[in-house]
Amino acid sequence: MNYSEFLGMGAELSLVVLIILLFLYDTFAPSKCGKYLPATAIILLTLQTLFICFGENTGKMLFGGMYISVGMTVVAKVVLNIGTILVFIQSVPWLKEDDVKIRRGEYYILSLITLLGMYIMMSSQNFLLFFLGLETASLPMTVLVAFEKYRKNSYEAATKYLFYAIFSSALMLLGLSYIYGAGGTLYYDMLCLTMQISPMMIVGLVLFIAGMGFKLSLVPFHLWTADVYQGAPTTVTAYLSVISKGAAAFALMVALVTVFYPLQEIWSWTLYAIIILTITIGNLFAIRQQNIKRFLAFSSISQAGYIMLGIMSANAYGATSLLYYILIYIFSNIAAFTVAGVIERKSGKLCIDDYNGLYKTNPKLSVVMMLAMFSLGGIPPFAGFFSKFFIFYAAVGEGYYVLVLIALLNTIISLYYYLLVVKAMFLKDNDNPIAPIRSDNYTRTALVLTVAGVILIGLVSAIYDSIFDVVSLAF
Amino acid sequence: MEIPFIYYLVISAVMFFAGVYGFIARKNMLAILISLELMLNAVDINFVVFNRYLYPHALEGFFFTLFAIGVAAAETAIAIAIIINIYRNIKNIQADKLNEMKN
Repeated sequence: MNYSEFLGMGAELSLVVLIILLFLYDTFAPSKCGKYLPATAIILLTLQTLFICFGENTGKMLFGGMYISVGMTVVAKVVLNIGTILVFIQSVPWLKEDDVKIRRGEYYILSLITLLGMYIMMSSQNFLLFFLGLETASLPMTVLVAFEKYRKNSYEAATKYLFYAIFSSALMLLGLSYIYGAGGTLYYDMLCLTMQISPMMIVGLVLFIAGMGFKLSLVPFHLWTADVYQGAPTTVTAYLSVISKGAAAFALMVALVTVFYPLQEIWSWTLYAIIILTITIGNLFAIRQQNIKRFLAFSSISQAGYIMLGIMSANAYGATSLLYYILIYIFSNIAAFTVAGVIERKSGKLCIDDYNGLYKTNPKLSVVMMLAMFSLGGIPPFAGFFSKFFIFYAAVGEGYYVLVLIALLNTIISLYYYLLVVKAMFLKDNDNPIAPIRSDNYTRTALVLTVAGVILIGLVSAIYDSIFDVVSLAF
Repeated sequence: MEIPFIYYLVISAVMFFAGVYGFIARKNMLAILISLELMLNAVDINFVVFNRYLYPHALEGFFFTLFAIGVAAAETAIAIAIIINIYRNIKNIQADKLNEMKN
């Protein structure tokens, strides 16, 4: 075997090196150096992101066509890295608490192993490698959800996440076995070349979409989402809701577009129904929620529906708008979760009613939350508007007029409940509002970065254009 | 006389849906875990049978099975760790005792 092929996986290899370095630092560094661990992790991950951006040589098929690294996967990896850096920055104050302080190193290592799994999942060109990447991504995630192991909600959420994750992997594996039985191979390109429409292949395809639907929390498979998001530690919820969802969406798009291109008529109708259900039911349930984390969970379900719109069009515009949507969704959602996490940590309050009158006592936090809500809802000058615009544009370009109309109507519903939070913070009075909160520097950095992202990414059109330039090479 | 290969698929489908039934109906978390293992192993049978009968010139199905067994073992390890943690905290592993989170 030719071991030099491993050198072609620059992104994965550098991440493995990073994980080993952090592990050694966490284990062997003298205890007074321990307080530099978060800063080290953030700086090393930033350096690794720059390395992927500029140092990765792309366009290679490795391991007999199992692994591919093209511009599109590099962009996706950079987007996920940006999100992980933001999550790391905002998680520092949480990791200083007594309960989790001693296991701080594990948090970084487990998160980065999840990220490694997502890298592999996105770059794979073979269903075996895809499956291994998916499991590498979802198993450490369970441990992260159970991180506060003495808090009842945390292990309850971990149980639910784990059982649903295994159940969905089993469904997906059944689908993959039928795909293998009908197609005779597991390589994406070979499957696409020899694709014959047979009932077995279609059953496999549907089970595959169902398995991925669990990971993405699309609607018939969304039942775990609210409980897991509520029970997990808030930083882990932020990671779970943006990074793993983005990676799964991208990997699903690659599989559907490259392998199942001949079956596009079938999967596009399946997704059509799933998107309408996901957006509508996610929105309707979000209106009823009182707990801010459950509220954000249902909002993220409906956002996943919008992300799926990028897959529908199955061309370069769709792929670009999907990546762009994930990037902006990362910034807006992490802003919302950071504010919710700060308030939860300092006052223990998670109810939307507790946010009444927040503007009087914590004007800066309320403004950040407001910007995040505006961006998630898609109000024009903020980034969320542009991401929704491009994703609708891509879908309309392929003729899905009714679908886009339904999605647009749902945007109005979603504005209602996003603005409920804004109304609670700015307009409602409260006799005992949350006391003024002084955040530490890490939280401030995270808030400033996310706000800058929410305002600037939409306005700087070069970002969309450069993603499009890279992605259109792959189609 | 050789057993027709469709029989294997029937067995594996029955195993898989017995697992699905157990996943839904059982309350004990270890029983749920056993049902999940049943589902994963049913899929392994599928892969091996397809490889042996339909595509015997390559080994992709066998390899997939080996990897799937390894992944299933990892999943079981994590699941049992979490179940033990729950048992230490509430002295109970019935799934319906875990219903703290509601609206």
